[in-house]
Amino acid sequence: MDLSAINPVLLIGAMIAAATPILLAATGELVAERAGVLNLGVEGMMIIGAVCGFIIAVNTGSPAFGFVAAAIGGAGLSLVFAFLTQATLANQVASGLGLTLFGLGLSALMGQTYVGIKPPSMGPGPFSALSDIPVFGRILFGHDALVYLGLLFVATVWATLKHTRAGLILRAVGENHDAAHALGYKVKRVRTLAILFGGACAGLGGAYISLIRVPQWTEGMTAGVGWIALALVVFASWKPWRVLLGAYLFGGITQLQLNLQGAGVAIPVEYLAMSPYVVTIVVLVFLSAEKSRAPGCLGRTFHASG
Amino acid sequence: MKLIKLLAGAAIAVGLATSATAQDKTKVGFVYVGPVGDGGWTYEHDQGRLAVVEEFSDQVETVFVENVAEGPDAERVITQMALDGADLIFTTSFGFMDPTINVAQKFPDVKFEHATGYKRAENVSTYSARFYEGRAVQGHIAGKMTESNIIGYIGSYPIPEVIRGINSAYLHAKKVNPDVEFKIVWVYTWFDPQKEADAAKTLIDQGADVVLQHTDSTAPQAAAQEAGGVITFGQASDMAQYAPMPRVSSIIDNWAPYYVDRTRAVIDGTWESVDTWDGIDTGMVEIGEITDAVPADVQEEALGMIEAMRAGEYHPFTGPINKQDGSVWLAEGEVADDGTLAGMNFYIDGLKGEIPQ
Repeated sequence: MDLSAINPVLLIGAMIAAATPILLAATGELVAERAGVLNLGVEGMMIIGAVCGFIIAVNTGSPAFGFVAAAIGGAGLSLVFAFLTQATLANQVASGLGLTLFGLGLSALMGQTYVGIKPPSMGPGPFSALSDIPVFGRILFGHDALVYLGLLFVATVWATLKHTRAGLILRAVGENHDAAHALGYKVKRVRTLAILFGGACAGLGGAYISLIRVPQWTEGMTAGVGWIALALVVFASWKPWRVLLGAYLFGGITQLQLNLQGAGVAIPVEYLAMSPYVVTIVVLVFLSAEKSRAPGCLGRTFHASG
Repeated sequence: MKLIKLLAGAAIAVGLATSATAQDKTKVGFVYVGPVGDGGWTYEHDQGRLAVVEEFSDQVETVFVENVAEGPDAERVITQMALDGADLIFTTSFGFMDPTINVAQKFPDVKFEHATGYKRAENVSTYSARFYEGRAVQGHIAGKMTESNIIGYIGSYPIPEVIRGINSAYLHAKKVNPDVEFKIVWVYTWFDPQKEADAAKTLIDQGADVVLQHTDSTAPQAAAQEAGGVITFGQASDMAQYAPMPRVSSIIDNWAPYYVDRTRAVIDGTWESVDTWDGIDTGMVEIGEITDAVPADVQEEALGMIEAMRAGEYHPFTGPINKQDGSVWLAEGEVADDGTLAGMNFYIDGLKGEIPQ
């Protein structure tokens, strides 16, 4: 066993990168769920984002365009969900599951000719000049733009939900859609916008995987990250900062267990492999022990006649 | 992926409907663990399938289902193929072993071929390639080229096939570089680009300048390329898109001749249950081009080694070799027997850590 082989600075850097796709997707889903919409199609929207981002980045040579396309792709797929659940009043759980299956199949079809191609490189991050500062430089400034965008999303979502009128309306729609409707708020419009935001975020998260983390296109490459993001929103009791904590915890322990394996720590590998899931759930369950509650109308269909 | 399976199932059903007019066609099924486009393991199996199509054109009809999970789901897929009238079914991953045996019992008239397993029956053959011969070459190149003396190894599952590869690579790396150390990370998947990329990055962060992989995607190659100064080897397929650096050579599984032979045996009615384990000598294991990133003398040594194995003059596991606990496995000059190799469940002397049980 040789723990000195683990460099904490690199480990924390890897943790932040590993957490970013989950963080982006979970933040988007949090907004949708606070508006009362349970969208189980996160995995499908992520993989569509991954493939759209990849295709556009390869064809234009610009990762930035790729990410824009990924957000549009994710939002586009979520529009299908919005139509099903808000216009035709279909069941949200079934529509969401359908969205995931559809997304996985459609992305495999779209990406067929893109297997084995290398995407353009993202280049240095926005603060890379500062990353030479010992220790903190690498941890704080050594990342790509999407990492900071993810953090910005969390902060913005938190501030918007807590301190703005728009946030209040969104929460009102999620807590009691009949009351919100009686007050004259457009429940369906608010929810559709929330769904679109969730789709765009999931798409960005997916493209982060295909353009930065892996970087290549292969079928089914999101491999369940969307489901982890979904679970994280629940365990974080619908609070943005806890989503951040959960995502970093999950990403961090995933990286830590690989590092411990590499260092030859005498813990059975099976325990190491399951540790990210167990630790994240345990910590967030303890955190959410006090007064946590799902939005009142989560997953319920709204019809103005009620 | 479920959808793909559904579509594939539908495709098989349609195939059945249309094959009523072509009853004399031999139907050959393939069950894959990953997507055809993984660029590695499954890709090569599918190349084998295409070779069968090319060889027999009108005489055969092939079907395949990709992304089949190891375990109970595989049994369902294999059963469906047998029900749909397949005459010969190739199941191409270790974890399909028990499902294949179970389904074979129910369909005595259908021939089955299971890759990399060890359970056989009247109508079940097994076949595998001696990947460890290729691993010996990789170990040699890795041992010569590493500067940090740390070689990273991404393991999939702790099964004999993977352990054999680790032992073979380590043995030959150690032979040319006594200071070499192996860091092994198990990812418990054959195909998960994210996990594979993470594992590769972790190993590189821990100082590895050579990354060997026993997983199917090209993600570790991409990670090594991004890190720079790290060398890798193509796994199962050539992965030539990452040459000349980081990919400096590769092990290529060439299943095509075997698939053509076995299909012919079914058409001719001469099929028998056999156990095939071929290596460099028959061409089932090929070593991809060694790029110029490898110094000329090392290239030459590697090529010499390949030739010696092709001629049967050299066996990668030739004594003296001790086990990890220090006990003697092979005495001076002794060569490992196939039985021990097939069930290999121990590390050799010098490797650190334990094999997960």
